[in-house]
Amino acid sequence: MSDHSFELKGSLFPLSVLYCQDLSAAAVKTQLQQKLAQAPAFFYRAPVVINVESVTQAPDFAAIAEVFKELELVLVGVCGASAELKKVAQAAGLASLQLSKSKTPAKESKEKETKTEAAVAAPVMETKVVEQNIRSGQQIYAKGADLVIRGTVGAGAEVIADGNIHIYGTLRGKAIAGAAGDSQKRVFCHKLEAELISIAGSYWLSDSLQGEYWGKSACIGLQDDKLVLADLL
Amino acid sequence: MAKIIVVTSGKGGVGKTTSSAAIGTGIAMRGFKTVIIDFDIGLRNLDLIMGCERRVVYDFVNVINGEANLKQAMIKDKRIDTLFILPASQTRDKDALSKEGVERILNELAEEFDYIICDSPAGIESGAMMALYFADEAIVVTNPEVSSVRDSDRILGMLSSKSRRAEQGLPGIKEHLLLTRYNPERVVKGEMLSVEDVGEILAIKLLGVIPESQAVLNASNSGTPVILDEESDAGQAYLDTVARLLGEDVPFRFLNVEKKGLLKRIFGG
Repeated sequence: MSDHSFELKGSLFPLSVLYCQDLSAAAVKTQLQQKLAQAPAFFYRAPVVINVESVTQAPDFAAIAEVFKELELVLVGVCGASAELKKVAQAAGLASLQLSKSKTPAKESKEKETKTEAAVAAPVMETKVVEQNIRSGQQIYAKGADLVIRGTVGAGAEVIADGNIHIYGTLRGKAIAGAAGDSQKRVFCHKLEAELISIAGSYWLSDSLQGEYWGKSACIGLQDDKLVLADLL
Repeated sequence: MAKIIVVTSGKGGVGKTTSSAAIGTGIAMRGFKTVIIDFDIGLRNLDLIMGCERRVVYDFVNVINGEANLKQAMIKDKRIDTLFILPASQTRDKDALSKEGVERILNELAEEFDYIICDSPAGIESGAMMALYFADEAIVVTNPEVSSVRDSDRILGMLSSKSRRAEQGLPGIKEHLLLTRYNPERVVKGEMLSVEDVGEILAIKLLGVIPESQAVLNASNSGTPVILDEESDAGQAYLDTVARLLGEDVPFRFLNVEKKGLLKRIFGG
């Protein structure tokens, strides 16, 4: 009779692997920060393995682990370590994972992977089209899609999209684009009178939107964490 | 088939009951068999404004609960043959209305009447939802000030998402804007929103503009719908509104400040 209350089984999980030439804590930190800024939500508490194949000198794993902790990442272990490095990693409480056996096919498959990834990452993004006014108290969310409103978004209404938001009427309520964390998304509207505009988590209230574009058509995007208003045409 | 029209607003005190009484009376004056239902269970104002409060024996809730039939509960208006009122209960609360019960009564009324006017309570709770759920058309009563406009916007959202027509994917409720307590002088001074401002925010078709008028208060106090006071500006504005509701093309009046003559200036308008 088998007992299912306790089992130890092998399984495969996707892990992010970090390739970094300079494995000093400071360098890892700056590079990771740049990467995370692009999509903070995507990497939040992601398990990461460091590739140490090309490393000659043993890095300070304890310091790197601190950096990971600070950036809300989970350092699981190292891969491609030499016998010597394995010991250092073990001493720092890290697992050492095996790379695929033959090197060349592994590289090939990695190349393939990036290709398929690119094909998946740039699919025709879906668009949700709403053919009416969005009234006070209503909320529209376009999950993983662009949002097109053929009407006016009233004060007290909210339109949210993981993609871009296009409003052909007046925007008086709140518009939240790039809700999944993509800072490249933008809000386009025919008349800007918004209560709030947010892109990838950064937001601006009505007060900061008043000015040249208030009451006019505009396109709002994020550049270096700053709100940028531009002509629609 | 009867047309079910809800008179609603979200905000209280903007003139829903006054408008229900006036418009219902106006439609009945044209010869259509009309019933006005008071959905404001627990408060019961419609019968006061219609001047029939002493004739209420059974009410809407009694009929829903099967304690009385419609014939017993409906009050026939003494002035107009084709007008009936179904009063609200004063002793119950709004939860006494069930969707099935309301539907049954509306179906029964629809066999006999041309127009069913539902006078909605304020707010966006069950009572108001019940009043608008079965509607074919909606008259959204709005005062020219921001909070009333905001609440009307909210109700318009409900009309397009929470009604039977929306749930069953039928063509949407036909929405009309009725602007009440309009005072052109205060609009000019910038103390009130203008017809254009409200129209732009709510983006629905304007049905009527009722000027702020002493005649409305007088009519309420005397239990006569203001539309019967044909001398008054408010009465005339409601007559115009009813004509538009019935599909006639009538120009808007009382939108601009009247130039007062010398005598009027001395003795008051």
